Amino acid sequence: MKQFLFFIQKEFYHLLRDKRTLFILFGMPVVQIVIFGFALTNEVKNSRIAILDQSKDEVTTSIIQQLEASQYFDIEKNLQSEADIEPAFREGKIKLVVVFPSQFQSTLLHTNSAPIQVIADATDPNVANTLTNYASAIILDYQNNIRGNQDFPYTIQTEMRMLYNPQMKGSYNFVPGVMAMVLMLVCAMMTSISIVREKEIGTMEVILVSPMVPLRVVIAKMVPYLLLSMINIGSILVLSVFALDVPIQGSLLLLVFECFLFTITSLALGLFISSVTNSQQTAMLISLMGMFLPTIMFSGFMFPVENMPLPLQIISNIVPAKWFYYIVKAVMIKGLGFFSIWKETLILAGMTTVLMLISIKKFKTRLE
Amino acid sequence: MIAVKVDSVKKTFKAEKSVVTALQQINFDVSKGELFGLIGPDGAGKTTLFRILTTLMLADEGTASVDGFDVVRDYKEIRKRVGYMPGRFSLYQDLTVEENLSFFATLFNTSLEENYDLVKAIYQQIEPFKKRRAGALSGGMKQKLALSCALIHRPSVLFLDEPTTGVDAVSRKEFWELLRDLQKHQITIIVSTPYMDEASLCDRVALMQNGKIMEINSPKGITENFKKPLWAVRGENMYQLMQTLQASEVIDSCYPFGQYHHVTFTDAIPDSQVASELAKIAPVTEVKKIPATIEDCFMELMRQ
Repeated sequence: MKQFLFFIQKEFYHLLRDKRTLFILFGMPVVQIVIFGFALTNEVKNSRIAILDQSKDEVTTSIIQQLEASQYFDIEKNLQSEADIEPAFREGKIKLVVVFPSQFQSTLLHTNSAPIQVIADATDPNVANTLTNYASAIILDYQNNIRGNQDFPYTIQTEMRMLYNPQMKGSYNFVPGVMAMVLMLVCAMMTSISIVREKEIGTMEVILVSPMVPLRVVIAKMVPYLLLSMINIGSILVLSVFALDVPIQGSLLLLVFECFLFTITSLALGLFISSVTNSQQTAMLISLMGMFLPTIMFSGFMFPVENMPLPLQIISNIVPAKWFYYIVKAVMIKGLGFFSIWKETLILAGMTTVLMLISIKKFKTRLE
Repeated sequence: MIAVKVDSVKKTFKAEKSVVTALQQINFDVSKGELFGLIGPDGAGKTTLFRILTTLMLADEGTASVDGFDVVRDYKEIRKRVGYMPGRFSLYQDLTVEENLSFFATLFNTSLEENYDLVKAIYQQIEPFKKRRAGALSGGMKQKLALSCALIHRPSVLFLDEPTTGVDAVSRKEFWELLRDLQKHQITIIVSTPYMDEASLCDRVALMQNGKIMEINSPKGITENFKKPLWAVRGENMYQLMQTLQASEVIDSCYPFGQYHHVTFTDAIPDSQVASELAKIAPVTEVKKIPATIEDCFMELMRQ
């Protein structure tokens, strides 16, 4: 035990003396949370739009006012003729143009129906879709207002409620994703690199020619990264609760336990990578390509897994981050208890055990 | 008593499409307390042989034993009792001298205090720098630290793979003095080196080339086996002199050695006529008879 503690101490020396890496390891989660929280967001806000109002009457003015008043749109300019529409889009700033035909109000009052044209820049289809939806929602809202108290014989009213995330904040989605990403990077990549480094500088050779079970030296390597990860989890949670207003709905203890489990999974992955590579560069490439990318692509954090073709959906099941992402969302956002996530927890635990066993078995007692 | 026994060991590596033979039919014994040298150029197979003996690699054929234990079957036993210093500096550059030592002591379940008498002579030289990181040490200091780390558990057999490569002449000399000192502690030392001049410091040496051992003998025995008279020759234009001598049929061999060329004749010539014989072939300024060195013997063996 004393030996084991000494090995851990040695790993801490390595870690603490490499100031730059240490800075990156601690800084990365903070930077990621801040970037995802404030800069990278797929919520559409303050989009610049243009208005072509050929009617200029009471109704159009009031619709325009409502568009302007919403947080989604900023009216950039008023166009004078249809010929201005195309150049306005070409400039690239304007995402949407709302066109009112002439005589809008009188057409509406006399025929009970009037058209509004909404033209969107669909180079980014998702943004165009969202914007046209917002615009039609605002117009529909106005229509309901002018209808006033008139009774229609049949009306179906939809009342929507956004569960778990009433404000539709993107941060509810990415905080669990960033957690998965950071743990993968810190644990899988850093452990694999630090084990392979021993092979590269030749110390592994000397460690092998000693009575010590080399695996024990390797396991000691995992401890500092486990600790570092738990600190990172702490800083991510503090940031998301206090800076991004993402509450922790479920049990904090359960959340920390699940993070701990996933950290072990990542460490096992790192050990596995180190057992199949011989250079730090290869270890880093495998970690990035083989672990980091699938974490982003298949966890459901950036792209919904449900939309993928079936083969990809099946592949996504072997990505540990997918299960972790599901668990964190369930515990943190939905506030579910252990009984709702025991299956996923079991899968994650199973993966960890298998990975550990394979890498221990693959661990070479000789150089070849 | 035999400390290390190597019996017809063979080892090949698969390179792309071809098979490289690193060791072919290696046989030798090293007795307890002996300072045994493996002398040979890069690529002779020295490191491979070390790795087989330190249980890091498996031989294709043949058997080997260290301290009476088989390198394959009893590899765990061997790992407890040998000290190994690989060819390149294999310590932690970001740890201090002291931390490196205590790491390797812990690895072998011992402590610096326990075996201080053994490493004392070496450790005292690096002790003033014990708070310095290993990466900031000079080449000679690094090797002394590595040697201390390999000795810290009082091994019965010490394997040193090219410990003096890249080390300055003074540190090399000191290093060899340390090795001779260690023999007093009944430690068997097997050391490899590409420097022929270091061979004379061993009890016995094996001259290696292309995975084969050409000769095993004491340094004295090896040089005594060099039967032909050897002459050191100097001239105005050394390069031209070498080419002319090598082309001549009277001359058996001519190799450049520093400021002289070492020359042997095809047929025996009386000592008194050598100078005039040489003058016939090329202009020489100085001729003297010299005893053969290990390197001369190595060159001679390589020709055969």
